[in-house]
Amino acid sequence: MPELLTGNEALARGAYEAGVSYASAYPGTPSTEILETFATYKDVIAEWAPNEKVALECAIGASISGARAFAAMKMVGVNVAADPLFSFSYSGVNGGLVLVTADDPGQHSSQNEQDNRYYAPFAKVPMLEPSDSQEAKDMAVAAFEISETFDVPVLFRMTTRVCHSKSLVTLGTRRTPVRKPYVRNVAKYELVPGNARQLRAKLGAKLKRLAEYSETTPFNFIEWNGTETGIITSGMGYQHAREVFGNEASYLKLGFTWPLPVEKIRQFAARVRTLYVIEELEPYLEDEIRRLGISCIGKDKLPGIFEFDPAIVGAALRGKAETPQEPVPVLPRPPLLCAGCPHRGFFVELGKIARKRHAMIAGDIGCYALGAGPPLDAQDLCICMGSAPSIAHGAQKVFGKFGEATRVVATLGDSTFFHTGMNSILNLVYNKSNAIVCVLDNRITGMTGQQEHPGTGQTLQGDATAEIDIAAVVRAFGLTHVRTINPNDLFEVRETLKWAFELDEPSVIITRWPCRLKKLNAGDQARYAHRYRRLAVRNDLCNGCRECLKIGCPAISFDNIKDKARVDAETCVGCEVCAQVCGSDAFVDGELEHA
Amino acid sequence: MPEVTSILLVGVGGQGTILVSSILSKGLVAAGYDVKMSEIHGMAQRGGSVSTQVRFGAKVHSPIVGRGGADILVAFETMEAARWLPFLKPGGKVIVNDLEIPPAPVLMGRAAYPKGLLDILRARFDATVVNAHRLAEEAGTPRVMNVVLFGALVEAAGLTGIDWEAVIASTVKPAFLDANIAAFRAGCRAAKAKAVTREFAATA
Repeated sequence: MPELLTGNEALARGAYEAGVSYASAYPGTPSTEILETFATYKDVIAEWAPNEKVALECAIGASISGARAFAAMKMVGVNVAADPLFSFSYSGVNGGLVLVTADDPGQHSSQNEQDNRYYAPFAKVPMLEPSDSQEAKDMAVAAFEISETFDVPVLFRMTTRVCHSKSLVTLGTRRTPVRKPYVRNVAKYELVPGNARQLRAKLGAKLKRLAEYSETTPFNFIEWNGTETGIITSGMGYQHAREVFGNEASYLKLGFTWPLPVEKIRQFAARVRTLYVIEELEPYLEDEIRRLGISCIGKDKLPGIFEFDPAIVGAALRGKAETPQEPVPVLPRPPLLCAGCPHRGFFVELGKIARKRHAMIAGDIGCYALGAGPPLDAQDLCICMGSAPSIAHGAQKVFGKFGEATRVVATLGDSTFFHTGMNSILNLVYNKSNAIVCVLDNRITGMTGQQEHPGTGQTLQGDATAEIDIAAVVRAFGLTHVRTINPNDLFEVRETLKWAFELDEPSVIITRWPCRLKKLNAGDQARYAHRYRRLAVRNDLCNGCRECLKIGCPAISFDNIKDKARVDAETCVGCEVCAQVCGSDAFVDGELEHA
Repeated sequence: MPEVTSILLVGVGGQGTILVSSILSKGLVAAGYDVKMSEIHGMAQRGGSVSTQVRFGAKVHSPIVGRGGADILVAFETMEAARWLPFLKPGGKVIVNDLEIPPAPVLMGRAAYPKGLLDILRARFDATVVNAHRLAEEAGTPRVMNVVLFGALVEAAGLTGIDWEAVIASTVKPAFLDANIAAFRAGCRAAKAKAVTREFAATA
């Protein structure tokens, strides 16, 4: 009986069936569940790496040692992992190696919309591109075969809709895990220029054989429905095209999209009167098809940005504009820091001191990016993972050079600290700036949904492990001004920020309190023992000043008729930040109040 | 019924749209349909606007519909129904929870929650308004509000031939089973009552 699986679950299943022994990843939407699923299988090693480069390098080590291995990441993670990718493509593999890139058309949860298909020709690696969960599973199995047959790492390109859509999958069985002997082979793996030049020349021959494979692989198939209309498509574009054109068009569906099946494309194009190329994001296929001298309709009609759906494809190519419903006015509903989020208290005070002292705040990637919006307004920028301390350093140096008093604060999370934030902090010490670094340590990777990291004391597969101490790490870098505080205690936050602003040397403030969504382990329970009391507003004490609305808590609203603040008892978790900003002590223990 | 039926479930992060789409998909697969379900994870879950789609039929290609593509819109929150109306087919059905969750601009006192949304929905659409919060409380806990709405959906979509109570039993924790079953039945009844009222209005 087929199972309903997401693309991510199916991919993990495929890797398992292919006899993969080792996988590593850094969490990132929409890729996170690939490793979470793989970790549930018996007889495999599945690990969270501190960043994507480390993840790919670990997988490379596993491959060279003779096992099948993969690394998974969101598309921006491949930028981080590009260094090993571009060189290991020269070496080739021992056990099959697959790099999964999960792209995010539409930027549902990403800072850019890069189309990682270009990595395949750029890094000279073959690429597979599934369009549903069954393909994700089948292609995952095949990817490891291809990798070993052609002696190359394989790029496996997913998109958000493939990752997070469920469709039916017929499962296979796990083959015996591949275990090839490790044989020392300096000419293959030692990439000094002399060896690398030889390998570069050999890579051309490998790609030629892969181009031949591309013509015959069942992943590049034709569905013939007559000569009137032909569609060349890949990934989720195929599903939308099928939805819009049904059996009124012939399809060349490409699943192996580097090297492209040039002859197959020529033959298909020659047989149809009108040729469409339907692909999300960049004209990756289209440019290659045009290069063959084939004329086609693609990005001149279809959007080159954001995610497709059948309505968008239909409107662009068939003029099928749906009659839109008359709009009903609504308000935006931006995401907010959760009720009880330990970042809230910190941002309340950081925003105040930054506004008073005209400080610049460099943020980073994570839930705390939500501190940038109103009413907290406590972050000026956020570019990429681990960048806050380096951006803060560069800015602080320039302010200093031109004699300006502006201070720069960097904010980044614990998982981001271990990702690449550590390197950035190291630089800040080495190159001597007095930027203030705040590590918002919520004891987990929050935004992607509660993943362990080197600071949590637990591995992906649930084993207890060393708990890396952030304060000890930055002290080892030579930082002497390091304080760890409770972000829910506004007095402590305020005083510590004042202390840091007065220093002429760099400082690190670690705000340490677990994410409200974290399932606390025994250690956490003991350390963060706190009687969370749901609060309520006493109407006789509330003076309607609305100061509590400035903390942006989803549990607090304002009753304009009564002119009083109100706490939603079901949403409040009792962090007591509101009680500390209230000037009239109107927030009281809700259980007592309602008793 | 069209060849493929498309259901769009919308709400606010944390309201349990994903559990409902899981129960729905599970039952539809067991009934022999091809099913695709699509959800978006990540940032929007932090109290933002969220959506899940379930499409089923003999053969489903795209896991999503675009504007004007959904046969049924199930909104777990009133304003979210209005936000996602452009995705409803002309003549499509709306099931809407009579529940207002104030978004950030309202919480901050910078805007007022739009008034009269339910009246607009009733006047312009085939809308079933369900007070799922009250029905969930009557079923034992406000946490089963999502399953009340699921019951209303089953009734409105004419999917009553599937043994949903068995699917619910295989999905939720045993401790919450009674409340979930009660919630499901209350949701079915609410949608059925609405259908009866409509027939009565048509004949009168």
